[in-house]
Amino acid sequence: MAVRDKYARTMETEEIVETEVDEAVEEELLIEEISIDGMCGVY
Amino acid sequence: MSAATLVEQLKRGLDAPICLTWELTYACNLQCVHCLSSSGRRDPAELSTAEAKQVLDELRDLQVFYINIGGGEPMVRRDFFEIVEYAIGNGIGVKFSTNGTYIDAANARRLAAMDYLDIQISLDGIDAATNDAVRGAGSYAAARRAMDHLAAADFGPFKISVVVTRHNVDQLDQFKELADSYGAQLRITRLRPSGRGADTWHQLHPTNAQQRQIYEWLLAKGDTVLTGDSFFHLNALGEPLPGLNMCGAGRVVCLIDPVGDVYACPFVIHDEFKAGSVRDVGGFAHVWKHSDLFIELRQPQSAGACASCGSYDACQGGCMAAKFFTGLPLDGPDPECVNGHADTALGSVRVDLTPRPSLDHSRPSRTLSLAKH
Amino acid sequence: MSLLDTPLELDPQVALRPEPFGALAYHYGTRRLVFMKHTDVVEVARQLDRHPSLSATLQACGIAEARWPSFAKAFASLNESEIVRERRDVG
Repeated sequence: MAVRDKYARTMETEEIVETEVDEAVEEELLIEEISIDGMCGVY
Repeated sequence: MSAATLVEQLKRGLDAPICLTWELTYACNLQCVHCLSSSGRRDPAELSTAEAKQVLDELRDLQVFYINIGGGEPMVRRDFFEIVEYAIGNGIGVKFSTNGTYIDAANARRLAAMDYLDIQISLDGIDAATNDAVRGAGSYAAARRAMDHLAAADFGPFKISVVVTRHNVDQLDQFKELADSYGAQLRITRLRPSGRGADTWHQLHPTNAQQRQIYEWLLAKGDTVLTGDSFFHLNALGEPLPGLNMCGAGRVVCLIDPVGDVYACPFVIHDEFKAGSVRDVGGFAHVWKHSDLFIELRQPQSAGACASCGSYDACQGGCMAAKFFTGLPLDGPDPECVNGHADTALGSVRVDLTPRPSLDHSRPSRTLSLAKH
Repeated sequence: MSLLDTPLELDPQVALRPEPFGALAYHYGTRRLVFMKHTDVVEVARQLDRHPSLSATLQACGIAEARWPSFAKAFASLNESEIVRERRDVG
């Protein structure tokens, strides 16, 4: 997949397993918690 | 969600608000000098009980999970409990904001028996001297009594909400201690020059040094103190504070006022920011989804005069209510810009051209005025 | 026991509101609000109580195994937020 290749090429130092990088990309995207009080414009 | 972050998605607006503020009445037994809704007298055109329930039916159908009820003083309405119970019965969680005057022992017990209900008690000083100077004689005692009644009734954690001013900014630690003593949550929010706040903002708003004090204090407190995401303009000072750090008005939140008018948020009760009315054909849902104002707010906003400032990504140009009611352009710096970028403009604002709140329900014989400190 | 092997369910006090990008999950009891930022997560969440484990649910929803570790982390996060919980009565 394009994303995997891009990350594999730009990795400089340590060897990074492709699936870990994929996970990192996925993890950031799946869930985000926000506070019910964390929106500006309510009492 | 590949390209856009969550915040970018939210800025485009959702099909329904995440939560919203609903001011139930303009009537209030107090006359706080900075009241964002200029409350005091009931408006003759306020929504009836039946109309209020229709709004709640709509919110239920839109799957709005949580509403923030306020006013004026919401408990002044004779149908207050009926409305709150109807909301909860329809799967809408409620937080109501109150000065506490009407939370006696019996009401405290009644409230404690209700599920999915949060209470927020307003307090602007750690003692009567500081608080009552802004909220009126006896208001500190009333708030503390309400807290005591809620504690005695085992209500559980309630919220204490403080509008931060020049005169209470040194009391933040004590506010936290007070909240801790009740097992309550402390909430501090930003003073906006809205409603009666337009008249007293210049004397009450924190100084630049105090803004830094607030920011550092909030950073140290992390998630233990709520802010309603109202201090994101301070993020230009460094690490961002917890919260979405974006203006939610017309995007994920809005205001329904006592006569059913829908505004972008409670701090812009002005025709410029009125989206429509729940009494219009199509009701609230139509206003939320199709009003010109909200569609415009959901467009990408330009940084305008802030484009050349490195802090814009952090502070988002601040609060449109703060800019609007101090006579500043909306596409420029916030009046409290921590980099001082609004100072010159503020100095040359034409007071006679500065927008005034569109509505004023203040009681004519207001005895409370801002004492000199 | 890894979360993948655990039977899960949506907490009964949670409501899911679909959004174009996924869903908004709200827990009435805790007031916690979570955005599920992908429709796949929403589908898995909805089907949890029909399967004996998270991994069985992922399989049934056609989630590629390469993505399972990140889904496990996402559901661990949802578990911590009390949006989902362990199911006791596994048939």
